[in-house]
Amino acid sequence: MKILKLKIRATTLIATAMLLLFASSGAVAAGGAHLEHSGANINDTASLQRGAKWYVNYCFGCHSLSFMRYNRLAKDLQLSEEQVMENLVFSDAKFAETMDISMDEDQAKAWFGKTPPDLSLIGRSRGSDWVYSYLLGFYKDESGAWNNTVLKNASMPHVLWELQGIQTPVYRQETSENGITHEVIDYFALTTPGTQSVEEYEETARDIAAFLEYVGEPAKLERKKLGVWVILFLALFTFIAYLLKVEYWRDVH
Amino acid sequence: MAKSASSLSKIAGNTMNWLDDRLPVTSFWNAVMVGYQAPKNFNFWYYMGSLALLVLVMQVGTGIFLTMWYKPSAAEAFASVEFIMRDVEWGWLIRYMHTTGASFFFILIYLHMFRSFLYGSHQAPRELLWVFGMFIYLALMAEAFLGYILPWGQMSYWGAQVIINLFGAIPEIGEPLTIWIRGDYFISDATLNKFFALHVIAVPLAIFGLVLLHLVALRENGSNNPDGIEIKANKGPDGTPLDGIPFHPYYTVKDIFGVGMFLILFSFILFMWPDAGGLFLEHDNFVPANSLVTPEHIKPVWYFTPFYAILKAVPDKLLGVVMMGTSVVIPFFLPWLDRSPVRSIRYRGMWYKVLLTVFTIAFIRLGMLGMAEGTPAQTWEMRIWTLAYFMFFVLLFFMSPGGKTKPLPDRVKG
Repeated sequence: MKILKLKIRATTLIATAMLLLFASSGAVAAGGAHLEHSGANINDTASLQRGAKWYVNYCFGCHSLSFMRYNRLAKDLQLSEEQVMENLVFSDAKFAETMDISMDEDQAKAWFGKTPPDLSLIGRSRGSDWVYSYLLGFYKDESGAWNNTVLKNASMPHVLWELQGIQTPVYRQETSENGITHEVIDYFALTTPGTQSVEEYEETARDIAAFLEYVGEPAKLERKKLGVWVILFLALFTFIAYLLKVEYWRDVH
Repeated sequence: MAKSASSLSKIAGNTMNWLDDRLPVTSFWNAVMVGYQAPKNFNFWYYMGSLALLVLVMQVGTGIFLTMWYKPSAAEAFASVEFIMRDVEWGWLIRYMHTTGASFFFILIYLHMFRSFLYGSHQAPRELLWVFGMFIYLALMAEAFLGYILPWGQMSYWGAQVIINLFGAIPEIGEPLTIWIRGDYFISDATLNKFFALHVIAVPLAIFGLVLLHLVALRENGSNNPDGIEIKANKGPDGTPLDGIPFHPYYTVKDIFGVGMFLILFSFILFMWPDAGGLFLEHDNFVPANSLVTPEHIKPVWYFTPFYAILKAVPDKLLGVVMMGTSVVIPFFLPWLDRSPVRSIRYRGMWYKVLLTVFTIAFIRLGMLGMAEGTPAQTWEMRIWTLAYFMFFVLLFFMSPGGKTKPLPDRVKG
């Protein structure tokens, strides 16, 4: 009993220390651009299927997914080989191949100033909230060029503008602590409506964000499900191990 | 049924006899496991050693499987890791065991070391035990640093760049030394190949040797305990310590329970949250290494950040490197800096509790600040905690001989 009590005391100590560490590490971490919560759910297969469709139709022209295989996509998104080959493959790629693009790198550099990056791991390096916020963050600035609140002055045009429409920023004056006044974006006005409503477009962005989160780590679908069973087994094992320990230690105190 | 069972045990017995005549299996087991009398009052802190051993074995096991698929070349390394994550059967599980294992290794080692600060396990006659342990820790840091370059992501590349350049601060030999370490003028394929060799064989061999020494030294004097008194001082008529119990089966069975608890926590991270919000797997490391693009914010993995913060706190580069080096080396001397007549914090005065609390907060806080962006306010805070870190050892040296203590009990109290 005494040992158990001590154990709890020490464990509480560590738990508290860890909690403190994590709680305050948030305060230390850098701010960066404000990101919207995407609500992306990779367990929603229909959402992933829609995301794949949007991606292949609007993004895949420039952004390859060179670590992702079509046949893996088919299996995880519950699509047949025919469905994938007819709806998602526009090149002469084979079913077992990776999702590469045929755009010439030098040409791409000439068009955009920079080769559009492969997005296989954007879901891991930036996360689905970033993708979602990025897709919602396009606007036309004063010069009439596309800009983005999440990734400032990037050279990428808003390829989904027909869906979302065109946003223009409405500014307000903000005075910072040291008395300097500067302009910040207050909100966006939808000056040209798109083919989708605001809610529909958010859904589209969410689907693409979920799809890219999945592409970043296809094993994620499997690992969480498996993890539940592993932990349940270990809990049972540990309980039995505890009983065994108590039985052996009966004569010690 | 009964007959076959008894003949089976007869075969087992014969086999064991045959083996014992040729190899001291039973006598060795009896000497180091059953015959070894361990204090009966081990608590939570005494699980860490056996768990660290478990993680060491796990790292070697998963590491062997990873080398079957990993390609140590600048052109292929990043893609080969993704190949493991996506195309290799159970590859993701093996890799996550290895990455989660790396962080948990350090968590366990830090707790294991903290135990010594609590109960004075480094004091005579266990000084060498502590020193071997510190060498293991040093080798582990080298192992982790070398391994971190292998995925060849942005943080692998730039983290290694920053750390290797630190050697450049040494006068005269600094520059040539960095070139020698890299095997090139910048981090390149040559560096990756070299680090791979050191990571998969050289350092693990050293770690195994040191662990063996650590265990031999441990069995020589036996474990300390939370009360910090020698159990051998009180022996029964049969010559065994009154407060001792055979390590096997008592602590083997208790450690199995500890393993279970540990694996639950370990599996939770592995399956549910393997990147631990960017602490265990950094987000920038999912971008392939690019020598032309510097990441916005370069920082080492969490287990190095306390020392990194000490480096950042000092404005002068050379002095910063010296201070950081000193902060790693100074704990080696703990057995001689701590001159307290009692071992355990339970019988030390309030002064030690205050010192250790401040030291612990300093270490954790330095770890957090080491991964922060480094605003001027944070730099000043790092300086304060750096001072606190070093002052612990200085004050310990001067205060421990005369510091207030409480009377020691005759027997362990549990």
